[in-house]
Amino acid sequence: MIKGTGNVSFYEERLKYAGFDFEGFFRRVTDADIERALARDRLAPQDYLALLSPRAEGFLEEMAQRAHRLTVQHFGRVILLYTPMYLSDHCVNQCLYCGFRAQNRLERKKLTPAQVEEEARVIAATGLKHVLILTGESRRESPVSYIRECVEVLRKHFTSISIEIYPLELEEYRELISAGVDGLTIYQEVYDEEVYAALHPAGPKRNYRFRLEAPERACRAGIRTVNVGALLGLHHWRSEAFFTGLHAGYLQDKFPEVEVSMSPPRMRPQMGGFQPRVKVGDRNLVQYMLAFRLFMPRAGITISTRERAELRDHLVRLGATRMSAGSCTAVGGRLEHWSAGQFEISDERSVAEMARMIYSQGYQPVFKDWHTV
Amino acid sequence: MADALKIGGRDLTSRLFLGTGKFSANRLIPEVVKASGAQVVTVALRRVDTDYQEENIAAYVPAGCILMPNTSGARTAEEAVRIARLARAAGCGDWVKIEVIRDNRYLLPDNYETIKATEILAAEGFVVLPYMSPDLSVAKRLAEAGAAAVMPLGSPIGSNRGLRTRELIRILIEEIPLPIIVDAGIGRPSEAAEAMEMGAAAVLVNTAIATAGDPVAMGRAFGLAVEAGRAAYLAGMPGTVDYARASSPLTGFLRD
Repeated sequence: MIKGTGNVSFYEERLKYAGFDFEGFFRRVTDADIERALARDRLAPQDYLALLSPRAEGFLEEMAQRAHRLTVQHFGRVILLYTPMYLSDHCVNQCLYCGFRAQNRLERKKLTPAQVEEEARVIAATGLKHVLILTGESRRESPVSYIRECVEVLRKHFTSISIEIYPLELEEYRELISAGVDGLTIYQEVYDEEVYAALHPAGPKRNYRFRLEAPERACRAGIRTVNVGALLGLHHWRSEAFFTGLHAGYLQDKFPEVEVSMSPPRMRPQMGGFQPRVKVGDRNLVQYMLAFRLFMPRAGITISTRERAELRDHLVRLGATRMSAGSCTAVGGRLEHWSAGQFEISDERSVAEMARMIYSQGYQPVFKDWHTV
Repeated sequence: MADALKIGGRDLTSRLFLGTGKFSANRLIPEVVKASGAQVVTVALRRVDTDYQEENIAAYVPAGCILMPNTSGARTAEEAVRIARLARAAGCGDWVKIEVIRDNRYLLPDNYETIKATEILAAEGFVVLPYMSPDLSVAKRLAEAGAAAVMPLGSPIGSNRGLRTRELIRILIEEIPLPIIVDAGIGRPSEAAEAMEMGAAAVLVNTAIATAGDPVAMGRAFGLAVEAGRAAYLAGMPGTVDYARASSPLTGFLRD
């Protein structure tokens, strides 16, 4: 714990903005505010918010040039590739927007360790060394002990294993880290607490604070990388992007040894047919990425296959540092048996096709960027 | 060999060390090595992938070069030591550049952990080149711990800000009986030449070459600048004066 944050959690940090008038702030932002933000080496939160304003849309190209330069400077011309692997879709939560929500009727599946091994071989054959494992929230069907067992199988095939699962207690994070997990992805989904409550009517995920503080617990447990994000489409994207940036900045200040990154996932069609409440266009997504890059020059930006191929090709030069490839959002989806995925993906290119695209842009696809030690 | 840089029992004629983390394609590495004349190439072990030769960065380091794995990603001495041992086990040789960083905002090294890792690895027979924030007492401790050279930063990694720590590096060059290799922050060939003119033993460059419009041509430019700077240092840099030579000297009356 460095800086003045002491033991204040991000939950308390965020409360400083309770009742903040975002619309009023955006109305008052001037071109001069945006130019000043663009000229600074280290942006303050209000500079970041100015770059997220509707007015900053007029500065998109300037933002892009600077974001591109900063990304090349800090990360080089490289994009790290990874792929998600779904272990289990059993879930007790009721997230209104999710294909895996408890009351959706689908044949639930959970991979056995032997099936994990089989799918790991399929993925490893593509050359990938970074894998992200996912489960729904079910402490009965996919307890920490089960995830640990899967990690032990995966360690034989991958040098970096990240988890995107339900929030854990600090000791549980410690257990998985000692088993070989080095990265955590956890999206808050919605930073606005009231909207969060409405979208999560039942199940353990109703506990907003326990989820919000999960990255802090993982950092204290010794995780190497954390990736945060808001699911875009659930609430006003500009304020959600702002809180995501603050969250990333908070984690970086408090845990300087941890590599922090963010994802800007946009809602995709999924079983259950929930319609996004807010439209987030390509221009909005790009503005968010650029503003974030200027606010957090050394933080990672992860772009998944939720985005379509043509857009992802452009995002290589707009601040992205990590991309998924050869994705599948169904449990065991790479094996022969088919099942429904969590959501539909947009970019169905194989790992080899993604690598070719990245090379064609004058960038290098990186298959391995960590080796659990 | 005239003016060889001796490190770890090797005689080096080139005083430009090359970093590899930011190239747009691994195939550029041998081209830049050739154009720049670099003989020591550092590669992050985290990127070395012996299972996938086509994408394995270490496989692109030409055979005549010294491959110097680095411990990028290590947050403690213990992690750096484990990475170095893994590198040796993977056939990367005995050289290791220690990088221990606990600060992801500026990527500044942790000198305390770096000293600890140096001590352990030097005792295990590694040729240890620690990356550090320039500080005289730390450099002395690194020398006592068995470092083969000391690698102070010119400014933060990737910042291209040049020799912002110039005064501290100058003191290290004067006081430390080991090669001082300026690592990180050098943004242009003139800054590499400046470090060499000061008496640095070598410089290590990655960002400025890898992210240039033409990395191969920039590699050549850095190779030339390092040679020029070294030649100037050997020639004996004339001291600079910031006053005109007085035509009526104050001490002109002294006759004996």
